[in-house]
Amino acid sequence: MAAPARPRRPADLQNQNLGREEKQYVAIWRRFRRSRSAVFGLILLAILATLAIFAPQIAPQKWDFFDTSLKNLPPSPEHWFGTDQYGRDVFSRIIWGARISLSVGFVAAGVAVLIGATWGAVAGFYAGSWLDVTMMRIAEAIDNIPTLTLLVVVSSIISRSVYTVMVVIGITSWPGLAFLVRAQFLSLRERDFVQAAQALGAPDMRIIFKHVLPNAVAIIIVNATLRIGNAILAETALNFLGFGAPPPYPTWGEMLSSGRNFLRVAPWVTTVPGIFITMTVLSFNFVGDGLRDALDPKMKR
Amino acid sequence: MKRYLLRRLLQLIPLFFIITFMTFGLYQLAPGGPEQIFLRGENSNINPADIEKLKEKWGLNKPLHVQYLTWLKNLVIHGDLGNSYISQRPVTETWLARLPATLQLNIIELFLIFALAIPLGIVCAVRQYSWIDYGAQTFSFLGHSMPSFWVGLMLILFVALPSHGAIPTSGYRSFEVTPETHTWLGIMLDRARYMLLPVITLTVTGMAAITRYMRNSMLEVLKEDYIRTARAKGLADRVVIYKHAMRNALLPIITIMGVFLATIFDGSAIVEMIFAWPGVGQYGLNAVTSQDHPVVMALLLFGFMVGTVASFSTEIVYVLVDPRIRYS
Repeated sequence: MAAPARPRRPADLQNQNLGREEKQYVAIWRRFRRSRSAVFGLILLAILATLAIFAPQIAPQKWDFFDTSLKNLPPSPEHWFGTDQYGRDVFSRIIWGARISLSVGFVAAGVAVLIGATWGAVAGFYAGSWLDVTMMRIAEAIDNIPTLTLLVVVSSIISRSVYTVMVVIGITSWPGLAFLVRAQFLSLRERDFVQAAQALGAPDMRIIFKHVLPNAVAIIIVNATLRIGNAILAETALNFLGFGAPPPYPTWGEMLSSGRNFLRVAPWVTTVPGIFITMTVLSFNFVGDGLRDALDPKMKR
Repeated sequence: MKRYLLRRLLQLIPLFFIITFMTFGLYQLAPGGPEQIFLRGENSNINPADIEKLKEKWGLNKPLHVQYLTWLKNLVIHGDLGNSYISQRPVTETWLARLPATLQLNIIELFLIFALAIPLGIVCAVRQYSWIDYGAQTFSFLGHSMPSFWVGLMLILFVALPSHGAIPTSGYRSFEVTPETHTWLGIMLDRARYMLLPVITLTVTGMAAITRYMRNSMLEVLKEDYIRTARAKGLADRVVIYKHAMRNALLPIITIMGVFLATIFDGSAIVEMIFAWPGVGQYGLNAVTSQDHPVVMALLLFGFMVGTVASFSTEIVYVLVDPRIRYS
């Protein structure tokens, strides 16, 4: 008769967990690296982030520096992307604009993830109750309003600044994630570890956020990444329509809309910001897609 | 099933009240009002008595709940959304006059998107990792990442401007082209010229997501056992793909279509703005800029209604086409 296995000491357990965790990160990175588009997106984002962070050092001019004698100049060695109708350097404004677009993207997605994950988690855990029904109806109501319409209306009411744009995009775009997290919770809450936690007398909130939510992290990370791209698109649309940060703030959307009137004489003013918007959003989509495959190969698209 | 539909329908009622309440409440916080619009540009010292008169005329001096109930009553019973502060004409009248232009744009766009994206998605799935798949994937990722208004501007820059006026960049029709001067073919051609760029813009950006979903859905289905069975019993490839696989792969597309329909006027608004297309989207966006509250409230309500109807009908269609789904 074999001797019963000696229970492991906590230190062993911790060590083992640490080792496994490390391995998992390595495995995720290995799977992520396999996707050429994901790596391409990551490199592009790293370049953009560097440009944005070191904008004061990199940009040849300050974003509001203008020289009316240099109006609408085509791209040249001095002005890589030409100048706009006030004689401002487009390259400099693109770099300063990257700061705004990236930070709006991250903060707006952060707000949306915070609300959406909490909302979906609570609704999913209490699925079937009146709380769930009410929460889902509210989420559906917000989801059913076309986002751009809601964005434009809300930002026309409150004062215009970069910060309001971040918050407004965040609070109008969370329902999609709430539905996803709720669906995850529906199956997760039936699992044994939930019952175990309940048997130990853990309060519901602890179970939801400490025990169940970490199991939905993969889906949240992927959604957050894709959401950053969408938030940047929404931000440029708002600025394009004139409901974002007031000029002369160098936002990519505002550059597009003011360059629009000079399409014939200075097409570079409109072309360049659009290319940057597309590349940025594309990178986030590539990285998000790569993460989806890397975090959970079985996860459905 | 009937009970399920009935319950869903009944749930729309509280939703309707929430939305009207939110719409109305939002606009109590909004700056501006009829007095600021009428007196804008005139001498700056506004007579307080005039403001009071204006407020009385528009019913804005009454308590809030009375205003809300009056607005709601007019809406539900008479389908009346009030008058625009600026044109002073009924909002619904202008709305209905502009709706055909928007519908025309969106129906053609929808038709093109589905006529192109679904076959493309199928081809990509059947020939996974072929050059056509890579091409379509690249196109789909790009279309998903480009702002539609930028696509529109680039079309103006690279197509309309070099065409020297052959392809117009704004408006809806030429004024000299009327039934008296031209045949119906001439009129059609004239309309098509104006519609070309807005429709391309909307189709390119709209196709991206649908193509990708169709491809992934088709790939999923092609892995199923019944596809292998169908192939094993010797059915032609064409039959397997179009009869067995495609039908099932289309199911998830219904959901995507619902989401797409719900936001269709969103996408069209910004494109209408760029190409000066005289539709409801342009009307709504202009109203937001000029703080024409009754029109904006109508815009919100309209958007909400389109969204709700789209998601509700998606659900019904889903139940009708997929016998595996049972609702209780």
